[in-house]
Amino acid sequence: MNLAVRDIKHNLARFSLTTVGIGMLLMIVMGMGGIYRGLIEDAILLVNRIDADLWVVQYGTRGPFAEISRVPRNLENRLRAVPGVQSARSFVSHTVQRDHGGKPLRMVVNGLSWPDDKGEWLPLVVGRPLGSAHYEMIADRLLGLRIGDSLKLGKDRFTVVGITQGMIGQGGDGLAFFTVSDALSIQFDSSPESIRLERAARKARAFRDDIGNIQPSLMAKADLPSQKLPAVPRAMISAALVKVGPGVDPAVVSARISGWRDVSVHTADQQRELLLKGTVDKARRQIGLFTALLVLISAIIMSLIIYTLTLDKTRDIALLKLMGARNSVILSLILQQAIILGGLGYLLAFYVGQWIFPYFPRRVIIMHEDLFRLGLIVIVISVLSSLLGIWKAMKIQPNEVLS
Amino acid sequence: MTGASPAIETRSLTKVYGSGNTEVVAMSDVSLSIGKGEVVALLGPSGAGKSTLLTAIGLINPPTSGSILIGGLAVMEGPAALVDVRAFRRRQIGYVFQKANLIPFLTALENVQLASEINDVSPREARNRALELLEYLGVGDRVKNLPHMLSGGQQQRVAVARALANSPSVVLADEPTAALDSVRGRQVMELFRKVAHEKGAAVLVVTHDQRALDVFDEILEMEDGILRAHDQTPPDANGSES
Repeated sequence: MNLAVRDIKHNLARFSLTTVGIGMLLMIVMGMGGIYRGLIEDAILLVNRIDADLWVVQYGTRGPFAEISRVPRNLENRLRAVPGVQSARSFVSHTVQRDHGGKPLRMVVNGLSWPDDKGEWLPLVVGRPLGSAHYEMIADRLLGLRIGDSLKLGKDRFTVVGITQGMIGQGGDGLAFFTVSDALSIQFDSSPESIRLERAARKARAFRDDIGNIQPSLMAKADLPSQKLPAVPRAMISAALVKVGPGVDPAVVSARISGWRDVSVHTADQQRELLLKGTVDKARRQIGLFTALLVLISAIIMSLIIYTLTLDKTRDIALLKLMGARNSVILSLILQQAIILGGLGYLLAFYVGQWIFPYFPRRVIIMHEDLFRLGLIVIVISVLSSLLGIWKAMKIQPNEVLS
Repeated sequence: MTGASPAIETRSLTKVYGSGNTEVVAMSDVSLSIGKGEVVALLGPSGAGKSTLLTAIGLINPPTSGSILIGGLAVMEGPAALVDVRAFRRRQIGYVFQKANLIPFLTALENVQLASEINDVSPREARNRALELLEYLGVGDRVKNLPHMLSGGQQQRVAVARALANSPSVVLADEPTAALDSVRGRQVMELFRKVAHEKGAAVLVVTHDQRALDVFDEILEMEDGILRAHDQTPPDANGSES
C-alpha cells in the first residue's frame, strides 16, 4: 500500500498549492540557468555564425567586441595577398539607438563586405540577403521590423529586405546588417552644419599655419569634401575577417599576419574566449552565483515543507511504529512525498517556463543537458530535504500515539 | 485463567520515573498472569499506574526492573529487550486506544489492511483478511469510508479489527470506551470478550467504566502502582461486615 500517494490524495489541495510554490521556485532556477546560457550564446553568436577563421583587429587591442578597434578599409586587400588566405572581408559593428514609431529602437549595426558577403550565411526566416550596395538592410525579428519597412538612419533611408531569427548582440539588442559602406555612413553621419564648420576650420588651419600661402593649391582644396583630400584619413572599419583555404592551418596564417606591426590577430576560438572572459564574464558569474543561491534556497524551503508535512503526521508515524512498522515504511513515506513534490514541481517549472520564457526581453535558452542537470539537482534536493523530516520521524516515539 | 502456558506473564515489574527527590514509583512489584482466550479488566484511578503496566506489557515503555513473558517467551528483563521489540509488536500484540487513532488518509479497510501488510502479508491476502475482520466486527458495510465518515463506535470497531489483523496472541486496550456512550461502550467490551473467546487472544483492558465489568473473566485493580484483585463487594456490605 502506497502511503505517500494516499496521503497526497487526502490532502490534495494543500499538496497542490505546495507543489505550485515549489514549481515556481524551480522555474526561477530554470529561468536563471536559461538566462545564463542565453547570455553566453548571445555573446558568441555572431562569432559562431560569421564563419571566419581569423579576426584581424587594431594592434594591441582585443576588438571589436571587447574594446574599440579601428583598422583601415584596405586591410582586407593586404590580407588577400597573404598565402593561405582564401578570402578576407571587412567587418563593422557598432550600436545605435533611434526613434522608430515613437519608440526607442536600439540595434547593433553590422557591416557586411559587399559584394563578397551579402549575408547568405544569416538565418533568414523571411525575405532575402542584401541585393544592393546601398539602402538595404536585414533586421532581426527582435527589432520589430517587417519586410518592406523603411528606416531613416543618418541621411539615408534603408528598406528591410530580410528578417533573421535569434541574431542578438551581447547586450541583448537585435542585430541589423548593412553593407560596410552604409554601416560606416550610419556611424560617421554628421550634420551639414558640422561638415561646413569642419571645412572652414580646415581652411583656417591652412591659413594660420602659413602652409596655404606656401602651397596655394592646398589652400584651394582645404574646403573640399574630405574624400577628395588624400591627406584626410578615410573612415575605418572595426576588423577584417579572414577565411583560410582548405587544409590550411589558421595558426600558420595567424602567425604570419601577427608579424605586421599595425594589427593583432585572434582566432575564432580566441575571440570567443575574449568575449566570455571579458565583456560577459561578470554578468555570467553573477547569474551563476545567483542560480546557485536559488538552488540552496529551494533546498531549504523544500526541507521546511517536508519537515512540516512530517510534523503533521507525527501521530500517524507514532502509530505505525507502535504497530511495528519497519523504519523503511516510514522513511519511504517521507522520501516518496519529497520526490513526488520535487518531481511535480520540476514538471510544472518546465511547462510553465516553456510558456513564459519566450516573453522575456532577453533570450532564455533551456538546453537538454541543463534540464537533465536540474533534474538531478531536484532529485538530490528532494532527498536532502527529506532528511530533516526523516530525522524528525526517527525521533518520534511509539508512545506518542497515547498522548 | 485458561490454558497451560499463560499468554501474558509479568514478574515483579517495577517502573520508576526520575531519581532522587523527583523519583516517582509508577508501578511496584507487579506480577500477573493472563491465559489465552482470557479477557481481563484493569481498573484503578488516574495515576494508579495502569497505563504504565499496559505500555510495559506492550513493549512500548520498558520497566525499570522485573520481567515480561509473552506466550512463555521472555521478552523483557528489566529495561533490556530480549527480542526485536518492533517485530514482536508487529506479530504478537494488538493495540486499541481511547481514541481509535485511525490513519486519517486511509479508508476503514486500508487501516486494517495496512496492519497485515506491515507484517509482510501480501496485499491481496491482507485485504481479504481485513474484509473478513470488518465483517466479523459488524462494520463490513463501511469499508470504503474514511475515518471521519464513521461514528465513534464504528471507528473503535475498525481499531479493534486493526488490532486483530495479524491474529496477535495479546490484545491491549487502554480505555477503549472512554469516548463512547454506555451502549456503544458495552458493545465494544462485548466485542473484546468475543475476540478473546473465539480468536483465543489474551485481552487486557484498562478501563474506568464499571458498567460492563460483567463481560470480563477477571478484574484486577491498581492503586499507587500496586496491583491487586478487584474487591467486588459493595461498599455498604463492607461496612456492615466491619
